[in-house]
Amino acid sequence: MESVFAIVVGGLYAAGIYLMVRRSIVKAIFGLALLGNGANLLIFTVGRLTAGRPPYIPAGSTEALPPVADPLPQALILTAIVIGFGVQAFALVLIKRVYQTVGSDDVDRMTTTDTLPGGGTQR
Amino acid sequence: MNSLLFMPLLIPLMAAVAGTLAWKRPDLQKLMGVCGTAALLASGVMLLVDVRRGGVLSVQSGSWAVPFGISLVADLFSAIMVTVAGAIGLAVAVYSLSDTKPEYEQLGYHPLIQILLLGVCGSFLTGDIFNLYVWFEVMLIASFVLLALGGKRSHLEAAIKYVVLNLIASALFLAAVGILYGVAGTLNMADLARLLREAPNNGPIPVIAILFLVAFGIKAAVFPLFFWLPASYHTAPIAVTTIFSALLTKVGVYALIRIFTLIFVQELEAWQPFILAAAGFTMAAGVLGAVAQFEIRRLLSFHIVSQIGYLIMGLGLLTRMSLAGTIFFMIHVIAAKSALFLITGIVRRMAGTTELKELGGLYCRRPFVAGMFLVSALALAGIPPLSGFWAKLALVWAGIATGHYMVTAAALLVSILTLFSMTKIWSEAFWKEAPAGENRTHFPVSTLSTASLWLMAVPAALLTLTTVAMGLMPEPFYALCMEAADQLLQPTAYISAVLGVVI
Repeated sequence: MESVFAIVVGGLYAAGIYLMVRRSIVKAIFGLALLGNGANLLIFTVGRLTAGRPPYIPAGSTEALPPVADPLPQALILTAIVIGFGVQAFALVLIKRVYQTVGSDDVDRMTTTDTLPGGGTQR
Repeated sequence: MNSLLFMPLLIPLMAAVAGTLAWKRPDLQKLMGVCGTAALLASGVMLLVDVRRGGVLSVQSGSWAVPFGISLVADLFSAIMVTVAGAIGLAVAVYSLSDTKPEYEQLGYHPLIQILLLGVCGSFLTGDIFNLYVWFEVMLIASFVLLALGGKRSHLEAAIKYVVLNLIASALFLAAVGILYGVAGTLNMADLARLLREAPNNGPIPVIAILFLVAFGIKAAVFPLFFWLPASYHTAPIAVTTIFSALLTKVGVYALIRIFTLIFVQELEAWQPFILAAAGFTMAAGVLGAVAQFEIRRLLSFHIVSQIGYLIMGLGLLTRMSLAGTIFFMIHVIAAKSALFLITGIVRRMAGTTELKELGGLYCRRPFVAGMFLVSALALAGIPPLSGFWAKLALVWAGIATGHYMVTAAALLVSILTLFSMTKIWSEAFWKEAPAGENRTHFPVSTLSTASLWLMAVPAALLTLTTVAMGLMPEPFYALCMEAADQLLQPTAYISAVLGVVI
């Protein structure tokens, strides 16, 4: 089971990085989303996969019978998903505004902030 | 008294909430900003006094037993950083009273500064590595919005570079945290430190350490991961650039120092040549980039990168002297660089531009402002008797004592080039004749009233005085930094304060 997850994580990372090295900022943001999902699945996988054993404590007992699934990685992923959602929503609005202002989604057209202005002032 | 640890988090949070409730009242938001940051500074000072007297403070939020809950920890290094964050927050809040455009205020500029400070203080105080990720994200989202708030082409272009690079760093950080949990089974930094000291590390620990190094290296703008910083920082309003330069990259450096002195000490020792080389190249790349610039904000942005190199050098050398020097350098560079940025804001208001070729003759118009600039600039370059001299002396001393001559030579050479950059700004903006003829025609008439000049000049003057005081009386500051360095090198006090056991 772990090997399937490992391959999926690797695929998500590869696809995310491939998209990020493209020149289009839309692809870059999608790449970031894939990278975030890859990281979440990675946490899930390295936190040990335990299928069908929720960490419930049986009636009359004070602790769960091992092996049980570790709930902490899932709590971490939940937090990371919420943060990722907020950040990606912001990034989507940002690329829309950039497209409206610059008229292109090509990062090569967005060089006014790191080239020397030819004596003129910033737009 | 451990509830004192929550104050640096609650104060900016409450100021931000109050400012958001008073959405249509920028006057109230300004008041909240100044009061909130003043209270933050006061709580930082109280925390510092408490930690110095009573040792490392720790509290478990929600009373969850360690290591299951989120710990908040303050050792001397954290307390110093919280105090510095409060001081810079107050300086920027006062400066913003007179130099904030109405369109920024309508979009919640003042509450956003408080949220940024919340994220920064949270990063300094947390004792849980996943919680550190969450505070980083709080800080980042506030900085994203502050950077893009202007809505002009330059702001949006800067924001897209800043956002993408920082999100890549966050994804790496998150992956590293996940793998670390899988290997060690805990996220509490003190518990991790104990586990990795008891069992000699093996397996993926070095890989995890390098993932952290790259993630925090991007955030701290370490060579070769610094390109986003000079491309984005200079577009924002001066007050925003000041607080970014003072705190955001320094949080990255703080996280590097914390993780690598507490948890991954062995990996730091193994990778020492690499880290020192990165430090040397960071210094050189920053200062050489600055040489080509003729706009004050771009020039100073490159110098942020250059100064980060000195901080990383102190971490890489890993001796008592070098860590104390790093902490001293951190306080010095935050004060001096913030003063320089705030003075740049005054220059911009006086002359209507920050292009060196169009400036000139400002010494005649405001000798006081020119004097402040000169003192801060010489402090940054490291001229005795100002603070930068003592900071660099400690680092150079530590470098020679441990036999790392290459990086020491780089540090000295970069100091000279820094001095060259600073004299360039001085002679172009303040000393030479104001350019005559057609260049002057597009200068807007200076609308700077005396009252608003004072509101902008007082924070800059106080920061300049800090560098002078640190230069003339380095002894008490050094004593404090030495104690902080001892706590970093001997983390038993940190570990036992958090875990509640003597090891």
